[in-house]
Amino acid sequence: MQKPNVGQSVFRKEAADKVTGRAQYVDDLTFPDMLHGVTVRSPIARGRLRGVQFGDGIPWHEFTIVTAQDIKDIPGTNCVALILEDQPYLASDTINHPEEPILLLAHRDKYLLEEARRAIAFDIEPLPAIFTIEDSLNQTETIWGKDNSFKTFLIEKGDVDAAWAHADFIVEGEYETGAQEQLYIEPNGMIAIANREEGVTVWGSMQCPYYVHKALIKLFGLPPEKIRVVQAVTGGGFGGKEEYPSVIAGHAALLAWKAGKPVKLIYDRAEDMAATTKRHPSKTRIRTAVGKDGKLLATEIDFTIDGGAYATLSSVVLSRGTIHAAGPYNWPNVRVRSRAVATNHPPHGAFRGFGAPQSIFAMERHLNQVAQTVGLSPEELRRRNFLKPGETTSTGQVIHEKIDLSSLLDRALKLSDYHTKKTRFAELNAISSTEKKGIGFATFMHGAGFTGSGEVYLSSVVGVEATETGKVRVLTSNTEIGQGSFTIFSQIAADALGIDFSQVEIAQPDTANVPNSGPTVASRTTMIVGKLVESAALGLRQTLVNSGLLGERYSAAEFAEACRQHIAKHGELKSFSKYEPPPGVHWDDEKYQGEAYGTYAWAVYVAEVTVDLTTYETRVDDFIALQEVGKVINPVLAAGQIEGGVAQAIGYALYENVVWREGRMINNQMTNYIMPTSADVPPIRVYFEELPYAYGPSGAKGIGELPMDGPAPAILNAIEDAIGQPVNEIPLIPETLMQMMTTGGGND
Amino acid sequence: MTKKISVSFTVNGEPKTAHVWPMARLLDVLREELQLTGTKEGCGEGECGACSVIVDGELVNSCLIPAAQVAGANVRTIEGVADGERLNAVQQAFIECGGAQCGICTPGMVLAAVSLLERIPQPTEADIRNGLAGNLCRCTGYMKIFDSVVKACLGTHAPPRAERDD
Repeated sequence: MQKPNVGQSVFRKEAADKVTGRAQYVDDLTFPDMLHGVTVRSPIARGRLRGVQFGDGIPWHEFTIVTAQDIKDIPGTNCVALILEDQPYLASDTINHPEEPILLLAHRDKYLLEEARRAIAFDIEPLPAIFTIEDSLNQTETIWGKDNSFKTFLIEKGDVDAAWAHADFIVEGEYETGAQEQLYIEPNGMIAIANREEGVTVWGSMQCPYYVHKALIKLFGLPPEKIRVVQAVTGGGFGGKEEYPSVIAGHAALLAWKAGKPVKLIYDRAEDMAATTKRHPSKTRIRTAVGKDGKLLATEIDFTIDGGAYATLSSVVLSRGTIHAAGPYNWPNVRVRSRAVATNHPPHGAFRGFGAPQSIFAMERHLNQVAQTVGLSPEELRRRNFLKPGETTSTGQVIHEKIDLSSLLDRALKLSDYHTKKTRFAELNAISSTEKKGIGFATFMHGAGFTGSGEVYLSSVVGVEATETGKVRVLTSNTEIGQGSFTIFSQIAADALGIDFSQVEIAQPDTANVPNSGPTVASRTTMIVGKLVESAALGLRQTLVNSGLLGERYSAAEFAEACRQHIAKHGELKSFSKYEPPPGVHWDDEKYQGEAYGTYAWAVYVAEVTVDLTTYETRVDDFIALQEVGKVINPVLAAGQIEGGVAQAIGYALYENVVWREGRMINNQMTNYIMPTSADVPPIRVYFEELPYAYGPSGAKGIGELPMDGPAPAILNAIEDAIGQPVNEIPLIPETLMQMMTTGGGND
Repeated sequence: MTKKISVSFTVNGEPKTAHVWPMARLLDVLREELQLTGTKEGCGEGECGACSVIVDGELVNSCLIPAAQVAGANVRTIEGVADGERLNAVQQAFIECGGAQCGICTPGMVLAAVSLLERIPQPTEADIRNGLAGNLCRCTGYMKIFDSVVKACLGTHAPPRAERDD
């Protein structure tokens, strides 16, 4: 038997291909006779499409041109299948956001293609558009449904209304977060081959092959077996390649269908940033009742996100944000009202954290204000209110895990030398007129897997198959997008089968060859899908044991021989495993009550900052990320996830400012949309605690999104410590800070 | 009307001639004419460094270099970093330390690290941070990349003068 792989920092499965440049991303693939495609988009936010003008000097007869009419002719359905069916592949009449796709072009010569794109002009009768949450709520214009509302939720626990009368203090605040671009370094892209005989095949950069599959079935009206979706090596996703790839795949396939040739559709950076999804901007109002002993009595949270022009995933982003809004605290009384509203921005979408970073930012800033009002330190206020085993979350979920948040907080504060630094910084700040230093923290939790009954609906399936030589292939539709899923799956399968890591292969995600194991999102890949890999692998082993081909203990050669004999007799050796919910999990979709997630990861993050009083820049000097995540399957990969998430969240807090004009992102370049570089990031010091989760593989929980939640509030709490003024909006760019500090006013 | 020109240069030690527009980007010449797709395009404006290559010993963004400018030059791409199947110490360190995640920035990042260590064999932490600052990575938060560079110099040189504090 092999020594265990789980718990070891086994090297990334595909690392050699990546460090040598051999890994094939979608733009590295070519097909014979391939055309290039391009999307022609609306220049304005809202209007009625009257016509299209094709400019002079372009040999238009050489081009494949696709409009909404071509979808009718297939005949197909002009809608991007996701949750609601409100978004067209190509606008035919109404334009609802800038960059909305209207027409597609393909040509062999991509330089001529770009000239052609510029030669197209649309005749659009403009309509008034709305771009703010306020205008949407006030229905300045009604642009979606009856009231601009995609979705609302209400969580009620206890009796909030009765609590105000008993409060020693009532604290109110408003908190705002901006849009954020995922900024994967590989822009989106797809290649399609499509015709009536063979159906539609696409290769591309994506997180969720079966989402694309579902969308293409609807678009082309073809049976599922006529649609094939293959993931190419994917250069980062972060949520940004969850839903939008369905649009690009459809566009590439429509062009390929009409042209009768393969079509490659690759976005350049400017197009990717302006047209594809971003993190939902949010506004949160919180009103909290607290006793003079620091006991939190009640909170009323009003959480609103800007969904952009179409429904896309806004309802589920809102759901996660709503459930996470009250944080890891024992509130006797909670009311969370939330809504996702329509504006004429391009649709906002999935981005690591998925609504939780927004509402957690609000609560973690708010509790510092509550602490100040009561006269307690931020840590003491939290200590008196942390959720403990046996207590319930805002949805009434009883905490069964033996989590001890107070000791997690103790450890994080000790690791960061918090108290010493807080005292020292206060002394330094008293005498320094050029810079101010501060330290702050945030405490939070993040639910892993789909919310509520989501995993039951997904009903994911994973397969494991053996070859005659004793090699084993894992069959899942979950993608490797940099997070290390192929390595993690290999470690889990190798241990379940008692074979060497090198004997496990992961099948390329290809809907023709792998079952639907759900999307690669929601911190579910290791915990939910990894568990299915484990049980499918155990099933395969049991098959061999039951048939008498394998003993309870065996060598690699004996395993290979058993596989050979089984395959010789039965033709193949495969084992599948389907998701079953853990016992005792109940969720009420109407009341939003029950077990929102199978489990949570718990964390305390501490940030140390320096604010430069000349430039008003904030530098993060040190960062501690301490989290309880169940069993760590691969320490290097896990730390890599946390470090990357923290860096991305530092960008969210301090640098990444989407500048809008008439609903369009105008700084859609890496030159003026600023993400952290190697010169900007602090030492990110990562620590894990491991309380095994009974229903994760070897006890693992999901961790992918967690590190996006804590850094922004920790940093803003540190800035408050440094400058003595509350700041409740992100991104906090130097211009905003300068204005605040030089005019002497806060932003609330 | 501009005409295509023939540009001769050396790529990874081999002489090559490309028949291209004078202003064609070196990036496209490498990827499309020479099928060296290890060089990636991330932004097309010299910000992200995914298209980094080494021209006459200097790390450059190949999306900003017109083909005409490399006539007679010595170009080194990611495909020329390993010695056949034997990986460069930087590549090996990226594998061992988790320096590559999604991998799209990795070719450029590896070349930036190779270039850094050729210029400064024993870099300080500040040297490493500044030496890689033209290459953006969205996955790693850079920590494991720093570890990789440190490991690469430990393998081939004396220890770096200053290490990270964790």
